Amino acid sequence: MIPWPFEYHAPKNIAEAINLLGQYGGEAKILAGGHSLLPMMKLRFAQPEHLIDLNRIPELRGIKDTGNMIVIGAMTVENDLIRSPIIQSKLPLLAEAAKLIADPQVRNRGTIGGDLAHGDPANDHPALALALQAQFVLTGPKGKRTVAAADFFQGLYLTALAENEVLTEIHVPVMEKGTGYAYEKLKRKTGDWATAGAAVVMQVKGNVISKISIALTNLAPTAMRAEAAESALLGKELTPATLDAAAKAVMAAVDPAEDLRGDVEYKTAMAGQMVKRALGKARMRCA
Amino acid sequence: MAKKLIHVTVNGQSHEVAVEPRLLLIHFLREQLNLTGAHIGCETSHCGACTVDLDGQSVKSCTHLAVQCDGSSITTVEGLAQNGVLHAVQEGFYQEHGLQCGFCTPGMLVRAQRLLQENPNPTEDEIRQGMSGNLCRCTGYQNIVKAVQYAAKKLSQAAAAAA
Repeated sequence: MIPWPFEYHAPKNIAEAINLLGQYGGEAKILAGGHSLLPMMKLRFAQPEHLIDLNRIPELRGIKDTGNMIVIGAMTVENDLIRSPIIQSKLPLLAEAAKLIADPQVRNRGTIGGDLAHGDPANDHPALALALQAQFVLTGPKGKRTVAAADFFQGLYLTALAENEVLTEIHVPVMEKGTGYAYEKLKRKTGDWATAGAAVVMQVKGNVISKISIALTNLAPTAMRAEAAESALLGKELTPATLDAAAKAVMAAVDPAEDLRGDVEYKTAMAGQMVKRALGKARMRCA
Repeated sequence: MAKKLIHVTVNGQSHEVAVEPRLLLIHFLREQLNLTGAHIGCETSHCGACTVDLDGQSVKSCTHLAVQCDGSSITTVEGLAQNGVLHAVQEGFYQEHGLQCGFCTPGMLVRAQRLLQENPNPTEDEIRQGMSGNLCRCTGYQNIVKAVQYAAKKLSQAAAAAA
């Protein structure tokens, strides 16, 4: 399989990339890790006239600890997240969940920014970003703007990114000490997307849940927060009854698409299961 | 579309070639350099038969453009044996019967040698995780795991002898 011909650009900095985007607009596509875009180009589902490769922009890579916030360059690859001592200690959910994405080779190329900007509900970072209440820095010709993860995912392959903007940084608030977390992903094999996935970030005071966010992968046209389930748990203890209530709330909220991974009924049931498992694991980790 | 000139080092040999931007790395290696060791399997980055070493990292060459490799150093399965002596992973696959049809083997070998540099003493679980981007459809993975274990042992003995 060979892509349609295109012109290749390898800008050396963000400004150059923005200029190229301004010049070619809708005829251009941004190349990050390429593990979603290149297969689509090979299948001729995507036929950009211009490909703007961000891989030669060093300022887009790296992980910085700024105190309360971890700043992740959009072109940081999954294996760098997994290996980063900053991510391991300050955002352990990300380090653990990234191991469930694709496979070792793909994790050398696949980037957090590409995973988010693609707008695919099957990708894992959108739900993780929602659960961690991340903010995205979008850079365009007029400078930078910051968009909350909650406002970024607008539909299937549809995000808040304008045609002339690049996702440049991901800002994630540090997970406080004692925060429980889990990402449960049901998949058929290594490298597959989730049949259903659930991310949980939780804090308790005494035995009572004082903070909780639950976000879901591949269970609706976009990654989604499960607000009703969060409300069902907030201010309560995690018991078999509240666990059931949360799972029921999730199952009522999801809107999965039938595909080879299962029909709507099965995926809905698995959504409930993944949430139960993630809640149980996160609760065990709360201190 | 205009071709782009790239400089790449493949198995220690330097090449300067003009490539069409849409040329995939796997096609560049197989068709322009006649290095047909890396195989085209699924073409969608699932199977790992096309795995090569790019600047010290395992990548799937079916999902990478040749034009992106300007200035890079690449090792394919053809570059593993040195002076006619098999690399420890090749010896391991031979000794432990780590293959049947052999289609997945070049990718398995290139990935295994990189895995053992990333983690010289992997547990069985770490081997299975580390090799999880390479699929074998003939057999189970038991002998592949044994082959990697064989190579790990041989490499660590060689390292100990050299120390």
